[in-house]
Amino acid sequence: MTPLRRQRAATVLFVLAGAGVTLAVAMLALEQDINLFYPPEQVVAGEAPIGKRIRAGGMVAAGSVAHDDTGLGVSFVVTDYQGSEFRVDYEGLLPGLFGEGEGVLVAGQLRADGVFEAEEVLAKHDENYMPPEVADMMAATGEQP
Amino acid sequence: MMEWLAMGGHGVYVWSAYALSAAALVGVGVWPWLALRRARRRIAAALAPNQPVASGDGKRPEPGQGGVA
Amino acid sequence: MGIATEWFRRTFHRMGSPRWFFAGSRGWMLGLYLVGGALIAIGSAWGLGFAPTDRLQGNSYRILYVHVPAAHLAEAVYVAIAIAGAVHLVWRMKMADLAIAAGAPVGMTLTAAALATGYIWGIPTWGTGWVWDARTTSMLVLLFLYFGLIALRQAVPRAERAALAVSVLAIVGVVNIPIIKYSVDWFTTLHQPASIRIGERPSIDPSMLWPLAVNALGYYLFLVGVVIAALRAKIIEREAKADWVRTWVQGR
Repeated sequence: MTPLRRQRAATVLFVLAGAGVTLAVAMLALEQDINLFYPPEQVVAGEAPIGKRIRAGGMVAAGSVAHDDTGLGVSFVVTDYQGSEFRVDYEGLLPGLFGEGEGVLVAGQLRADGVFEAEEVLAKHDENYMPPEVADMMAATGEQP
Repeated sequence: MMEWLAMGGHGVYVWSAYALSAAALVGVGVWPWLALRRARRRIAAALAPNQPVASGDGKRPEPGQGGVA
Repeated sequence: MGIATEWFRRTFHRMGSPRWFFAGSRGWMLGLYLVGGALIAIGSAWGLGFAPTDRLQGNSYRILYVHVPAAHLAEAVYVAIAIAGAVHLVWRMKMADLAIAAGAPVGMTLTAAALATGYIWGIPTWGTGWVWDARTTSMLVLLFLYFGLIALRQAVPRAERAALAVSVLAIVGVVNIPIIKYSVDWFTTLHQPASIRIGERPSIDPSMLWPLAVNALGYYLFLVGVVIAALRAKIIEREAKADWVRTWVQGR
């Protein structure tokens, strides 16, 4: 490379590094804003604000989904399987993929008593794709996907 | 056949996603051919004798304008 | 080593010649259109008609076969454009600039397709088409970056100045690519993490993975063919006054 081209290449690397560092700093500073939802650990630890519209998410605990008498109201427990969990109260339609043992995202307000009043429930599915037969087989052998 | 088209109730989502993808691929695939033909005809017109010179005035050539954007 | 270096040096120099590229690329382009198109047809038919349903999503997961290749190629095209931007800034190679001009509309279309199919897929699975999480937002930024590459060239009147500005934007924008890729690992998102990672077993059952592999390869080949075709059109547009272009036009 000629000296001129070497100098240009250095400029390119410098610009790239500058953009990368700027962005990395910005993302570290804004991490809490970039995160879409509070995991159960933060909700339980009191890091999620009370009474403000926020999102929280985790896994729907097995056996926790309970419908009320009207059929519209539902409550369930969101867990991270690491010991942190909170209850969600919701009235409305649930997404098709909502289910026990599956991921969930709730939007609404956290009450002071630790119960999450959801206005919106979305399903968060995982990255595993398999036919039903394979899933049944894995369930029979106790294998995790 | 109808059962397959229905996709277990998800037909509208599946087929619209595929139709949209096909349209995007066809659109993006045809655009360069049209752009090349357009450029060729413009140059041919400029080269044709006894014709008003359409280009060659030092302006930048027109950028391609396909239906892809 | 010596032979490889020499081959690379010569190819690099030849690629810098629009005339050489135009003369030698037609066959490759047609072949890539043909093979890529055929693979996409096979992969899509396989994914729509023969791959099994998913245990949770049923049939809606079939959108994966068009969503994932479009999203992946949208990122790959941008990386190629950023490399072309660096080559243009360092060597002032005209072909590198033309490659950016040829690739940007292609990448923008793919990004739009990935966003649109993602929106459609989200409705039956998430319960919403759009959510402002790190993955979807960074993908939207990619769409704006492509748009910026196209708009910036139009906005700067002098072609050489425009080429330099576009190259700088192409390079700066590439920092968005790792964010798209790792957004699902670094932040909490509604979008699920990657199913296919280098060095790990894919979390997609093999019976569902094959159509994806065929479609992804098809997208790659077809779109490389499209970018070559677009580059050929850009060459003729930009070199309109060159003797060889006039000869080519008159010979048709």
